[in-house]
Amino acid sequence: MEQKILLDEGSGGRASQRLINTIFLNAFDNSILARMDDAAALPQIDGPMAMSTDSYTVSPLFFPGASIGSLAVNGTVNDVSMLGAKPLYITCGFILEEGLPLATLQRVVEDMVTAAAESGVKIVTGDTKVVPSGACDKMFINTTGLGQIFMNPAPSGHAARPGDAVLVSGAVGDHGIAVFTARENLSFASSVKSDCAPLADLVAKVASAAPTVHVLRDPTRGGLATTLNEIAEQSGICVELNEESLPVHAEVADACSFLGLDPLYLANEGKCICILPAEYADAVLQAMRAHPRGREAAIIGRVTDAQPGKVILHTAIGGSRFLGMLEGAQLPRIC
Amino acid sequence: MSAKSPYASAAVCAPLLERLTGLLDGRKMRFMEVCGTHTAAIFQSGLRAMLPGNIRHISGPGCPVCVTHDAEVALYLDLAANPDCLVATFGDLMRVPGPAGASLKHASAAGAKVEIAYSPLDALTIARNTPDRQVVFLGVGFETTAPAVAAAILTASSEGLQNFSVLSMHKLVAPAIHKLLESHLCDVDAFLLPGHVATITGVQPFQFIAEQYHKPAAVGGFEPADLLVALCSMASMLADGAPAITNMYPRAVAETGNPRARELMRQVFEPGPALWRGLGEIAGSGLSVRNEFAAYDAMKKFQLTLPKIAPVTACRCGSVLTGAIEPPQCPLFAKKCTPATPVGPCMVSSEGSCAAYFKYGDY
Repeated sequence: MEQKILLDEGSGGRASQRLINTIFLNAFDNSILARMDDAAALPQIDGPMAMSTDSYTVSPLFFPGASIGSLAVNGTVNDVSMLGAKPLYITCGFILEEGLPLATLQRVVEDMVTAAAESGVKIVTGDTKVVPSGACDKMFINTTGLGQIFMNPAPSGHAARPGDAVLVSGAVGDHGIAVFTARENLSFASSVKSDCAPLADLVAKVASAAPTVHVLRDPTRGGLATTLNEIAEQSGICVELNEESLPVHAEVADACSFLGLDPLYLANEGKCICILPAEYADAVLQAMRAHPRGREAAIIGRVTDAQPGKVILHTAIGGSRFLGMLEGAQLPRIC
Repeated sequence: MSAKSPYASAAVCAPLLERLTGLLDGRKMRFMEVCGTHTAAIFQSGLRAMLPGNIRHISGPGCPVCVTHDAEVALYLDLAANPDCLVATFGDLMRVPGPAGASLKHASAAGAKVEIAYSPLDALTIARNTPDRQVVFLGVGFETTAPAVAAAILTASSEGLQNFSVLSMHKLVAPAIHKLLESHLCDVDAFLLPGHVATITGVQPFQFIAEQYHKPAAVGGFEPADLLVALCSMASMLADGAPAITNMYPRAVAETGNPRARELMRQVFEPGPALWRGLGEIAGSGLSVRNEFAAYDAMKKFQLTLPKIAPVTACRCGSVLTGAIEPPQCPLFAKKCTPATPVGPCMVSSEGSCAAYFKYGDY
């Protein structure tokens, strides 16, 4: 009989203990977690720290290229990395739906282990709740990450300046299309894989290639366009992009054109935007392209003071238009 | 995205733009892009900011969500509220506000079963997987969409699927252009005809524009070069005083369209009256489900009639759709009516002209 998660396993009693011991302690194996105290005791960290939290809900739980498990680790690790920090520790809280196959949880946990190992972070404390069937969609995960800031000054969305160059570490829109096609069972873009990946190492390479980096951001929900709009508003500057230099995989572009979606608004889970003084742009571009997570990196535009708070797209045919924020999620069109 | 398309390069488009300027030779050209996808493409490609000052584009009634009448919206919101029903719809309709301001999103939040379908065949799958609900597919769209809906009904009929039906609100493009011209609702010199619709209909149904109303029209594609080639054709016909209907999108549109798709439509639907936002009722501009397939016709299955709905005061979507005004001329535009608080559907759909004007602004 297939083993399933029971309400008892979130009760705090013996059943909870068994679940924690068999699934989590074995997998996340480290001495800080193994103490099983009420909180994780962490060694001293020198200097400023970065902390970030995020909750993960995705349907389906597994999709081409990644799963909710790898997403929950990489997403938080990447948020910490974007402050010019080396991610060290993460916490994880699970909300499980009663009846979830144990094997599903095991696969998710394995993906978390792999992702954590790649970025060198330890999962040091956690929590598990089980809710009645229907009270959540299979599994929600919250992770909180802590890292040590090594870039000085730390990059920030407020720090873009006119004259800066704008880079992106690779093609945009893959994650959005991968989840979309898996969720909706669309066959035409089935070879598109999520770009879900840790960026900590890439960020370290960027930091050694340039003495100063003004902004690092990962364009997750809302995509490249939304994140750049946020930066334009925070920094009070104008971002001018060249459509022709924007990296988009052909299959993603085709799927978007069919569905009436714009890849610039689709989520990415393994890309970063880097804004820095133009004189360092080429060195950082080379550093990104030399890294397996940045092979398709490109310089996509520049920061100006033309229209503060706005993003302008210079189109392939030589026209220009604003690239604004969307009101909500993109909805596929009719015809 | 068209970033790497050969039809969206400056090398191809710059000479076309020059040719267009030459053909017009200073004359003004007001053209209507009938299709909402054209409106979006004109903005998205940046072409709008590059067109010579003597060219004006006016958006037409070719956004399927936008022309869906308030009465139809009220009708399907009622269906969504029926606890026995599950409404399957294209995503575009989710945010369209009904006469009372609520949309399918609100209905869904209030407990209605609403699912987004990417094709009418998806709605069949939903019906097979949800035997305890009556699945109603909202049939909104033009000739481009109707054949696939017909195919879904034929499949449901051959499978004997009992819990599937279609609320057919489909509309046909040519009769709407006829109404626009006949009632002098808009003042345009030429028409940019919808490339997607023409892949099904072919060119013939649009001949009346030249023959009866002596205006040139060109079927156009959606890349910047496609648009420019169609504009050049229109400008050249205007210069020569020789109006005709040209097919400037031959890589997708056959002169005779797609007879097989039309045959599917003919098998399942028959022309009937349809209610258009902005244009009112137009005879022969809709597609009613034939009696033979009455079991799959939501109107008959649930004994529905279109409610009488008073138009929302001050919302000028109707005038925008007929090209009588441009979106910024509506008193609500960007004030009471924004994508966050849409009053009319033209602010909602990705193909709506108000949404395009709001999103891209006047650069």
